[in-house]
Amino acid sequence: MKKIVATLAFAAAAGLAMAPAQAQTLKAVKDRGSLSCGSNTGLAGFGIPDAQGNWTGLDVDFCRAVSAAIFNDPTKVKFVPLTAKDRFTALQSGDVDVLARNTTWSSSRDTQAGLNFTGVNYYDGQGFIVRKDLKVNSALELADAAVCVQQGTTTELNLADYFRANKMKLKTVAFAQLDEAVKAYDSKRCDAYTTDASGLYAARLKLEKPDEHLVLPEVISKEPLGPAVRHGDDQWFDIVKWVHYAMVNAEEMGITKANVEEMRKSDNPDVKRFLGTEGNFGEQFGLTKDWAYQIVKHVGNYGEAFERNVGANSPLKVQRGLNALWTKGGLQYAPPVR
Amino acid sequence: MSVTPASEPPKVSPLYDPKIRSIAYQVLLCAFVVGLIGFAIKNAADNLARAKIASGFGFWNNLAGFDISQHLIPYSSVTSTYGDAFWVGLLNTLLVAVLGIILATVLGFGVGIARLSKNYLVSRIANGYVEIIRNLPLLLQLLFWYNAVLKALPQVRDSVAIPGGLLLNNRGLFLPAFTFNYGGQLLLGAIGAAIVGGLAFRFWAKRQQITTGKQYPTFLVFLGLLIGLPFLVLLAGQVSVSVAYPEASRFNIRGGTEILPEFVALLLGLVIYTAAFIGEVVRAGILAVSKGQTEAANALGLRGGPTLRLVVIPQAMRVIIPPLTNQYLNLTKNSSLAVAVGYPDLVQIFTGTVLNQTNQAVEVVVITMAVYLTISLVTSIGMNWYNSRKALVER
Repeated sequence: MKKIVATLAFAAAAGLAMAPAQAQTLKAVKDRGSLSCGSNTGLAGFGIPDAQGNWTGLDVDFCRAVSAAIFNDPTKVKFVPLTAKDRFTALQSGDVDVLARNTTWSSSRDTQAGLNFTGVNYYDGQGFIVRKDLKVNSALELADAAVCVQQGTTTELNLADYFRANKMKLKTVAFAQLDEAVKAYDSKRCDAYTTDASGLYAARLKLEKPDEHLVLPEVISKEPLGPAVRHGDDQWFDIVKWVHYAMVNAEEMGITKANVEEMRKSDNPDVKRFLGTEGNFGEQFGLTKDWAYQIVKHVGNYGEAFERNVGANSPLKVQRGLNALWTKGGLQYAPPVR
Repeated sequence: MSVTPASEPPKVSPLYDPKIRSIAYQVLLCAFVVGLIGFAIKNAADNLARAKIASGFGFWNNLAGFDISQHLIPYSSVTSTYGDAFWVGLLNTLLVAVLGIILATVLGFGVGIARLSKNYLVSRIANGYVEIIRNLPLLLQLLFWYNAVLKALPQVRDSVAIPGGLLLNNRGLFLPAFTFNYGGQLLLGAIGAAIVGGLAFRFWAKRQQITTGKQYPTFLVFLGLLIGLPFLVLLAGQVSVSVAYPEASRFNIRGGTEILPEFVALLLGLVIYTAAFIGEVVRAGILAVSKGQTEAANALGLRGGPTLRLVVIPQAMRVIIPPLTNQYLNLTKNSSLAVAVGYPDLVQIFTGTVLNQTNQAVEVVVITMAVYLTISLVTSIGMNWYNSRKALVER
């Protein structure tokens, strides 16, 4: 019911007074004194409130980095939990300034949905998790299987496409909420549960007996996950885009939360430009010179955020893989600061 | 006091004529409302265009490409369009709403009457049911029923075989599917004839009772026709049926017709929830009938059952119908909570997946609102017609 109300509110807003798509989002955020960030309703490693109600996760850290860049303070973020089917409406209608909610970048979303994706903060792909006692070793053995899925995502389409391409019959059971889909899988309503691989690892933690489940090797789609903003505000688009690039550049230059103070004294011109001791890197965006310094000081570089939330230092223990820096065989690559 | 002749109405300037004034106001108001709606539509279109959000109804014929677990009409992720997905969702909503209304009415009347029972235990149980059910949120109940239904049922591999080729497990109840090779129409004709014959007999029996006072077993005759006629057709060997029995495949059950646990949980939740409210409506209706009516019926020698059926309930209906209509509308609208238990109703399919894939929130939401409005209006019109038929005829 809440979803319908939200959608209706959007329709009404669209009809009478649509959010100021053209307006200067940066100014609005500054005037409000806080960033409104659309986040997951609860996905371990990406966006989830902990026992104290503090949001944690890779996407959450991204929003904190945006906040640090604007306010020199990572805490001025209001997190708005959004389900898969509400998220674009919330962004389009101006409920949130930025959507950092493990959202797949796709052509139709880039065009028809009026979104601009600002980069890829996690390279992902859709996979399956099954119970080990089914003795299935490949997704190609899933013909006739019942598959639980969260509705309103690209996941549903990929699933149908994959089964169709491999001439297998499929039974989907779709749920609005991630939790309900996972719970239905856990109670054996379905043989398999499908979502992005990162989500599978997060979901496995929630199962009654995580050890009895296996993530199948097949990755059936490309899921580049990244933050998105509304069409029509180039300045804001640039800022959000470069917050991610700043974090990646920081990792490449070896600037970490711990050594950022020292690095300010560095003679390396790249580092000097980046940290704002030389040039006008931040001012180009309408922010302060030292915005990248603020990001690293408060949140850390991309690698730190990754390891803390989903990597080795987290319960998820995801390998860097595609998300390693380009210098280390991965895909994370940021344009230079100059 | 001077009296103006009736033939000559007082001459008033058109500016002050109440009739002209009221028309002018209405025209102005209409123009204002139309203008506001037009402004809203144009504004929305402008804003959507500026934000580069696609608009229009072109998406209707595009390929949907996702799977739906229950469809009453043919649907496949390979060939069906968003339009097909809409009809699938609408039919699923109507199915659960119509069945829910019928079952909730039956259960609700039972509960309402039981609450007024002189049997202490029966009335206490009915009272407890109403108090517990109507005070818990429906969403909570749906989740409870869904998990209760799932937990209680066996796993696929330990499916319970029910005689007659039925299989039961936590993926649903699987029934044999019948396909008529020939003679299917003959069978349908026999059933139709039985219904018409039964109604005709009932009409005749009623006339007989009014004129002669004799009573006939209309129900038994009806039942006899309904079973007997199709049976005769089958006996004559005019029908050929092939039956597809459900069979266990590697993971699931293949073949046959299935009833999903999601559907059962939603229906169960809606029926039990709404019946508690209908029970109270019925109780109020019965209490509204003066006690003198029961006493009069008893004085005529009618027993408890016929008194209730022939004297009290018909009079109570006048009080019951308007709030009952509300409950029917609530049940239909509440069926949209299906998203929580994974039942593919209109809201889940259309404002869920279709909206998300096409990104056309305004169009999809407008269509969905129009659908619920239509269903509600049709229900109200039907119930109002029934109400006017049951209204007390005053002479």
